[in-house]
Amino acid sequence: MNILSLFVLIPVLTIIAILFTSNMKQTRIVSAIGMGIQLIVAGILVYMYLAERNAGNTADMLFYYDAVWFPTLNIHYTIGVDGISVAMIALTAIVVFAGIFASWMVDFLYREFFISLILLASGVFGFFISLDIFTMFLFYEVAVIPMYLLIGIWGSGPKEYSAMKLTLMLMAGSALLFVAILGIYFYSAPAGGVLTFNLLEISKNTIPIEMQRFLFPFAFVGFGILGALFPFHTWSPDGHASAPTAVSMLHAGVLMKLGGYGAFRVAIYLMPEAAHEQAWIFIILTSISVVYGAFGAIAQKDLKYINAYSSVSHCGLVLFAILMMNQTAMNGAIIQMISHGLMTALFFALIGMIYGRTHTRLINEMGGLMKVIPFLGVVYVIAGLASLGLPGLSGFVAEMTIFVGAYQHTDTFHRVATIVATSSIVITAVYILRVVGILLLGPIKDDHYLHLTDAVWYEKLSTLTLLLSIAAIGMAPLWLSDMINFSLGPIIEKISGVTIAGLF
Amino acid sequence: MSINDFLTMRHELILTSLVLLVLIIDLNLKKSQKNRIIPITISLFFIHTVVGFLPAQTGMLFGGMYHTDGLTILMKNILNVGVLIILMQSVNWLKKEENSEKISEFFILLLSTLVGMNFMISSGDFLMLYLGLELATIPMAALAAYTHHQTRSAEAGIKLILSSALSSGILLFGLSLIYGSTGSIYFDTIGTLYSNAPMQVLAFIFFFTGMAFKISLVPFHLWTADVYEGSPVNVTSYFSVISKGASAFILIMVMFTVFHSIAYLWKDIVYLIAVMTMTIGNLFAIRQKNMKRFLAFSSIAQAGFILLGIISGNQIGMTATVYFVLVYIFSNLGAFGVVSAISAKTGKESMDDYDGLYATNPKLTLLMMLSVFSLAGIPPVAGFFGKFFLFTSAASGGYYWLIFIAVLNATISLYYYLLVVKAMFINKSDSPIAFFKSDTITRISLMVCAIGIFVLGFWSQLYEFINSFTFGILN
Repeated sequence: MNILSLFVLIPVLTIIAILFTSNMKQTRIVSAIGMGIQLIVAGILVYMYLAERNAGNTADMLFYYDAVWFPTLNIHYTIGVDGISVAMIALTAIVVFAGIFASWMVDFLYREFFISLILLASGVFGFFISLDIFTMFLFYEVAVIPMYLLIGIWGSGPKEYSAMKLTLMLMAGSALLFVAILGIYFYSAPAGGVLTFNLLEISKNTIPIEMQRFLFPFAFVGFGILGALFPFHTWSPDGHASAPTAVSMLHAGVLMKLGGYGAFRVAIYLMPEAAHEQAWIFIILTSISVVYGAFGAIAQKDLKYINAYSSVSHCGLVLFAILMMNQTAMNGAIIQMISHGLMTALFFALIGMIYGRTHTRLINEMGGLMKVIPFLGVVYVIAGLASLGLPGLSGFVAEMTIFVGAYQHTDTFHRVATIVATSSIVITAVYILRVVGILLLGPIKDDHYLHLTDAVWYEKLSTLTLLLSIAAIGMAPLWLSDMINFSLGPIIEKISGVTIAGLF
Repeated sequence: MSINDFLTMRHELILTSLVLLVLIIDLNLKKSQKNRIIPITISLFFIHTVVGFLPAQTGMLFGGMYHTDGLTILMKNILNVGVLIILMQSVNWLKKEENSEKISEFFILLLSTLVGMNFMISSGDFLMLYLGLELATIPMAALAAYTHHQTRSAEAGIKLILSSALSSGILLFGLSLIYGSTGSIYFDTIGTLYSNAPMQVLAFIFFFTGMAFKISLVPFHLWTADVYEGSPVNVTSYFSVISKGASAFILIMVMFTVFHSIAYLWKDIVYLIAVMTMTIGNLFAIRQKNMKRFLAFSSIAQAGFILLGIISGNQIGMTATVYFVLVYIFSNLGAFGVVSAISAKTGKESMDDYDGLYATNPKLTLLMMLSVFSLAGIPPVAGFFGKFFLFTSAASGGYYWLIFIAVLNATISLYYYLLVVKAMFINKSDSPIAFFKSDTITRISLMVCAIGIFVLGFWSQLYEFINSFTFGILN
């Protein structure tokens, strides 16, 4: 059996196993074991992938498997991975694993909670392994819909409003995608050829430029909505703020990455001509995303809102880098996806833990927490430093690569956009340091906080998993960027025909 | 007529004798035994459904008035399965004291309309089509007024009979124009003679209007909501699922065979009506608080989606439409099954009554959720595949903007479908519907729906099977 199918199979089996559990302890242990196995399999996949590449296998996609599903329409179940999807799969496995432990104490309808959470994860895994756009789209929607219940039932604040807003906006995004996918399908082969949903097959063919012009905005905005593209980002702050901890982690950490991944794997890869033509519109929008998100974060008082806006800013940077369409920037985009996925998951996990202790998320009601919960405090500071791009942590590698890549464009437009986007680094520093200052340092504002207890084992496990990954990427970015670079090669070739050497 | 000719009409003949049999059995039952008619009829109908799947004779009868082939048999079988599920779902309600006097009438009326639909599907000329249509419509008015002591039900019956009389009149006028201008009532002959002469276009518009009434396309939908709300739940589900499915089958066959030559004309009309039907059906559905009305309006919107399969005018569209109707039957009957189970036990039909249902009746809630997700087109349940194929067929004709409008409408529909999910899962209620255990037969019918909703989508052989029919598309 193909190792990739395991990534869908294990969650499904875990869900079935959860159905047979009878109490909360069993449920969470089964979930933890299932997702633990998933994490190990992801590790094995990374290892196997690198071993194959070292052995000289230069195929575009490894572990390729293809089964016909609907012969008439030529719909297949096609799976395969390159370095980029391997990296995304590893990220997902880590975040889901950490997410299970971050929701260790969910006791209301616990079985349903873990089932929905793991169902969501299976959708994400399925999305990353698919090479057939139909299957990809199917998994995409599987990943979106459990969100409604997760936020609606276990959320906080205006949860019903947020859940509905999030679901409908994302579904409107998939409406756009739908049109794009069907359009791509009917132009996937030259007239008279066999139509296909297979990404690799379609990429060999050039979609007529008139169709590209029509379809590209559909595809890019469709995925862009999930990637919080301005002005379609408004679901993100509300959704993240209302969602329970693990869901915020998974959503900001992984699900938003589906947008970025899809935007270049489907929109730009298959329609490069239109992408070049229309890139300027989206570069402007993403530049706004980056800066606006960062300013938005400054203005917020609620920790989750701060982090949600910061996600808008960082995910905007991903789309921004993808639109630069050169090797360096795209490499940076993918590292940024992974780095931000880990960072933001860590942030949300920490916020959930702090909220569980202080019962408030408003920063001006808290203070001096470093003294009472030093473990969480220190981790928060490290996550913050990663977020503002301190060398040695993953954020620096990503942002550095993106801006170097973006600056390789010599025309004024790209230069200006890059400079505008770069300013977000400074703004990010402002809101991160401001939060750290108010929240963790200074005097303790409330006597109740004196009795808070520090992280317990499952919280430490959850945060340390993420923290170590962040540090690992920061210290040794080479293996990651090598892995990505190799797979970016053919994509860049298709996009520009010019291959530029990577930075690292 | 030889015995072979009889076998060709197997579906209709067995069904007709079944109706008569039920009538005779009912006459011989004592008053206290009237309940027995329920299991008898359902088992008889079950046998009929199974027999329908046996290999069958194909061919023509009555000089081409009646024809049957693999496709018509498939359509009849699909309807049979749907009706079987509905019959099973209505057991609880039929057993009620108030219905004890008229149980057999329910079966007789309902199965007569099914005979009419079978004739419609097999019709080879407009005369047979019209006969079938009337047979399928008039008993339905009696069904709508089944609980005639309730004003609303009586009102529903009258509304249905008046509006269908009007639409039949319009349809008939169109048919007479077609006959007048082509000199024939046979589909095959008319198909070759039809042109864009003004009278023939007018005839087509009259015909289409008449059909639009039956399928409740906007702007001919106004009768639906009241009729659906007034009728008993199971009758409503029969209207909105089986009757609508049958009419959709007929419409595609006639549009593709008879009016194929003026496809370039009717495509614009269908485009416009599809957009209106989807949008207006959806916008009205949002505001509904009564579950029956809610499902009724959502089924209007679904009819708009079916038009997407018609507009492409090719094989993909035909397959997609038949497939969609099949999936739609299962999903909608799943939803109606839950509504009917709850309504039979508690008499509650308002959406507010469903608040907090998950805590008390988790299984019904899950089925309801699956059904509405399937109706909304959310993967991995079957509705997603049905919608996807419909949209694919529209894309094959290059109707990308239409697809966009349709998918946006699917998103709007998701909103109100989620309202049901929200009521059941999220809303709190002081007096939720108490836990109750459904009887075996209801549970079997619900189980069948749940399995159908899950399996039909992944089961690609089914799609390929439907696709293997040629549909007699003239190219």
